Amino acid sequence: MPRLKIERYPAPLWVRPLIPVISIVVTFLLTSLVVLALNKNPFEAFYYFLIAPLASQSSAIEVLVKSTPLLLTGAAVTFAFSAGYYNIGAEGQLLAGAVAAAGLGMVLQNVPPVLAIPIMIVGGFAAGMAYAAIPALLKTRLDVDEVVTTLLLNTVILFFISFLLNGVWRSPVSGWPQSPEIADSAIFPRLIPRTRLHLGFLLAWISIGAVWLVFRRTALGLRMRAVGLGKEAARFAGVKVEQTMLTAALISGGIAGLAGVSEVAGIHYHLIEAISNNFGYTGIIVAMLGALNPLGVSLAALFLGLLDTGAQTVSRAMGIPIYLGNIVQSALLLITLAALVLQNYRIRRE
Amino acid sequence: MEAFLVGLIAATLRVATPLILGTLGELFSERSGILNLGIEGTMFLGAFTGFAVAYLTGSLWLGLLAAVLAGMLAGLLMGLFTVTLGVNQHVSGLGITLLMTGISLFLYRVIFGERSVQPSIPTFPKVSPFGDTPVLGPIFEQYLLTYIAIALVPLVWWLLYRTSFGLRLRAVGENPEAADAAGVNVFRIRYIALAIGGGLMAAGGAFLSLAQLGSFIFGIIAGRGWVCIALIIFANWIPSRVLWGALLFGGVSALQLRLQATGAQLPYELFLALPYLVTILALVLAGRSAAAPAALLKPYRRE
Repeated sequence: MPRLKIERYPAPLWVRPLIPVISIVVTFLLTSLVVLALNKNPFEAFYYFLIAPLASQSSAIEVLVKSTPLLLTGAAVTFAFSAGYYNIGAEGQLLAGAVAAAGLGMVLQNVPPVLAIPIMIVGGFAAGMAYAAIPALLKTRLDVDEVVTTLLLNTVILFFISFLLNGVWRSPVSGWPQSPEIADSAIFPRLIPRTRLHLGFLLAWISIGAVWLVFRRTALGLRMRAVGLGKEAARFAGVKVEQTMLTAALISGGIAGLAGVSEVAGIHYHLIEAISNNFGYTGIIVAMLGALNPLGVSLAALFLGLLDTGAQTVSRAMGIPIYLGNIVQSALLLITLAALVLQNYRIRRE
Repeated sequence: MEAFLVGLIAATLRVATPLILGTLGELFSERSGILNLGIEGTMFLGAFTGFAVAYLTGSLWLGLLAAVLAGMLAGLLMGLFTVTLGVNQHVSGLGITLLMTGISLFLYRVIFGERSVQPSIPTFPKVSPFGDTPVLGPIFEQYLLTYIAIALVPLVWWLLYRTSFGLRLRAVGENPEAADAAGVNVFRIRYIALAIGGGLMAAGGAFLSLAQLGSFIFGIIAGRGWVCIALIIFANWIPSRVLWGALLFGGVSALQLRLQATGAQLPYELFLALPYLVTILALVLAGRSAAAPAALLKPYRRE
């Protein structure tokens, strides 16, 4: 048997865009083992997962609805990660934005939509930013690890929401733990009538475009990338590292806050504890899958929106638990991470 | 007042148990140089596996054993990404958490379907070494796993500081190049540390489903894994301080539970959030004196 040798040999450049594709194929090969174990047909499952949601107009639009919060959290995570700030708190910042949207939406009765909707958007951005400011300031001023603090604050705000919903905001009509409905004028208009696609989708693309613009066309974007590549080198080159990270963290929190506004004003019209279906954490998958590149991130968000819709279709049509979608998404993250490393090596006969 | 305090201390020990197990698990990983953010999902997997196996076999001990084995596998998977492939530890840890959570939820639905009544099992019995003695009796009437968790603290200390395995593990976490030069297999030690750690984390999760609840609910871990991540910094990576940190956190949580039980009109959610805020404060205070393993977060390459 010939001896095999693993050696460092970076793959040619044209392979890079193929990595997500290869990762998706490998993920679905592994997933088909799970489907086979349930005595079901994997091809049928893939059809319901990936094709059926796009086959009808209404479910294709639902894919866009599902991708809306992921575009925003993906953009938020990308913005922070690019500057070497590991914001794991998009989940909590989204919730902060949702609290602000629910609160503002209640008091904006009799305010025309032209005013009410910008107030909601600015308020949600500010809330996300404010909640991101706590770990960001602790990191940049006192050198406290942001990963741990953002993770803890994700749980803290859930308790705060539960406090609001079981107390002052408990719906007087139903008595359920949900806030009163927001004013009609604060509700995001529909982009396509008789579908759930709302203004938040447009907001998400504007955010993605803004992130692209900052990365490509501004000095801040340049500084952020320098810090992300290496803090000490950036400092040596005269970049104010702490200030750059703080700015990146705050804007990242603001974008995540917009995701909360979008869910409240576009989908639910009130606040519930389960307003975020792990969107903040899924945003990390989106950002990694999209290689922290705005174009890649938007494709990744659309694809994960498709997986979310597909998981429901598979569940309805074949009786496979909807949580198969969670397995596919997280496996895809891990396999992409592995592929990004493995592209630098090759196996050769000695 | 006496009954209140006795109840408080007893509840503190109970609440602290999964935290002690989880944090000791994280201690093994981090001392070898790997930050394992897979802890939240590994605890969830442990809670699920323990419950499902105990339900299907009728044996709580088999459930616990299966949970520990599943946790060890999760630890080894974390090793594949962080030790062998050298992927960013934050992101791969979160990936493990999401994957383990997804697998647990999926298998729960496959095995138990959607039922209107939550399936449940009889829990581990409590042991009561002091019987009906006042004060001591009720305080020490605890699950056996609580005693095991507390006994593990000196055992882990002994393993880390008094055995050659512990010396090698700490060396790998501080200076893998030097350890490698001295003939220690860095990769193998890290895999072993992650496997032991994963097993302990899963045992912490299984305590909740097999002893405390007797059932498996989707919110069973509820951020306890992240608390363990914070406790380890709070404890400055020292086993004995893990115990005190977990008891402190457990104490605040238990106080909230007891006050709620007395019918006091308190915003209990704010009490629930209090330990998290105290932990962040502790991180700020500990920040300057923190002595993290020097090679934490750094992948090791042998080139």
